[in-house]
Amino acid sequence: MKSKIRDESAPALEARDAAAMAKAKARKRFVIFLRIAFLVVILGGWELSARLKAIDPFFFSMPSQIFGQVWSWAVEGTAQGSLWEQIWVTLSETLMGFFIGAVTGILAGILLGRNALLADVFSVYIKIANSVPRVVLGSIFIITLGLGTASKVALAVVMVFFVVFANAFQGVREADRDLIANARILGASPRQVTVSVVLPSALTWITASLHVSFGFALVGAVVGEFLGARKGIGLMIATAQGTFNAAGVFAAMLILAVVALVMEYLITGFENALVKWRPAPLADS
Amino acid sequence: MNGETLSGPAIALSGVTHRFSTPDGRSLTALRDITMEVGRGEFVAVVGPTGCGKSTTLSLITGLAKPSAGSVEVMGAPVAGIDRRIGFVFQHDAVFPWRNVANNVAAGPLFRGSPRAEALELAGEWVRRVGLAGFEKHYPHQLSGGMRKRVALAQTFINRPEILLMDEPFSALDVQTRILMQDELLGLWSSLGASVVFVTHDLEEAISLADRVYVLTSGPGTVKSIYEVGLPRPRVISEVRFLPAFVELSRRIWSDLRE
Repeated sequence: MKSKIRDESAPALEARDAAAMAKAKARKRFVIFLRIAFLVVILGGWELSARLKAIDPFFFSMPSQIFGQVWSWAVEGTAQGSLWEQIWVTLSETLMGFFIGAVTGILAGILLGRNALLADVFSVYIKIANSVPRVVLGSIFIITLGLGTASKVALAVVMVFFVVFANAFQGVREADRDLIANARILGASPRQVTVSVVLPSALTWITASLHVSFGFALVGAVVGEFLGARKGIGLMIATAQGTFNAAGVFAAMLILAVVALVMEYLITGFENALVKWRPAPLADS
Repeated sequence: MNGETLSGPAIALSGVTHRFSTPDGRSLTALRDITMEVGRGEFVAVVGPTGCGKSTTLSLITGLAKPSAGSVEVMGAPVAGIDRRIGFVFQHDAVFPWRNVANNVAAGPLFRGSPRAEALELAGEWVRRVGLAGFEKHYPHQLSGGMRKRVALAQTFINRPEILLMDEPFSALDVQTRILMQDELLGLWSSLGASVVFVTHDLEEAISLADRVYVLTSGPGTVKSIYEVGLPRPRVISEVRFLPAFVELSRRIWSDLRE
């Protein structure tokens, strides 16, 4: 086996490497082609069947109308002010709720994860609170906090808190016992164990939850605006719904999707910077 | 401190019994009536089958577990909490995966309040001593199993422990690496002069490293017999196992274990 490998000349090996690389590249190009083809078929099919009246464009709109709606919002502004302002309002509510919910979730997760008594006492209440459909709280927040930013932030916070809390708690519980024992024997105080062993071990769990919970924060903010607001993308959807403007609903959806994707990209970057000690995944596109 | 305390054994377990209570409320005896003594600077190996309470013995000495009966004394005083004079090398990797080699080795001094620069300088010295110079900035996942073990050794030795406890530290390594690490350990130990309790299930490893071998039996763990290893030091692990005295002792212990 070994001699066989040695027998091969360097140029032959190089040629084989080049062939393998070319094959991998070709496959990548093929995947991208298929992705675009899929999109074209879906959007084209939609547009075509709407124009041919196979589906009713009044209810289902069509891609050209949706893009037109986005364009007119961007250029002429929306009913409640410029599009960028609406995006900014929703985004800032989302970010505030996300940040507050994530920080309190992490702190509570670590506190209960490290303290068995607190965990035993409060876990049942957290389970109860978690089983309540939290979107319903939006109505309470609108009543108590008004139509402004605060009620949306509050809804986003409760959406984010439980996800991050559950993950931080689990991450703390799963921290390697040997690592904790090692740190203690090396001389770490309980606080040092928390900061330099438990927190880094839980970080993988926590960052994983941040991806999911950002989406939840966005849902919280948009639903909050839905229920009652003066500005924001949620209000744009509510307005479009009120005027039977299907293109408007889809256009707002599109904008939300873009916002979520951009934030997802930023969170991934943040995560990679935070846990750079992890082995890199082997295959990546 | 009087003279007796200073010259007494480094570790003394007398009549130690340890029981666990299982979550369903039953009580499980892991160790029964263990008596063991480790002199200053002595290298003791504890051999026994899996689940005989070898690791529990070490937890009792570190203070991570408390005996149900009997007494555990370290340096003449009963164990109360974690002793700073103790170093511990774990079976599995217990190096911190999010710290690079230099920061892993510096962990002990940093936890104990040394200034960062000082700790890192000392760590650099120990990284060189275990032969990892040039790998200071590497993370554990970038190292081989043997190299991670070297990090663990440096991490423990940097605190200059007077008592060194090792829980099957080399069991996960391949034979060649294991022999290299055993030689490395003997070298470090001879320069440090710590009292060592080395737990292993590998009888040959126990004989080639230790001054004395305790053989435990399982269910619950009790001391079956004690053997003095009269092999001369310094030892070279790859050679010591071919000495007639080694072979003879190994045969004696094996025949005892078979009974």
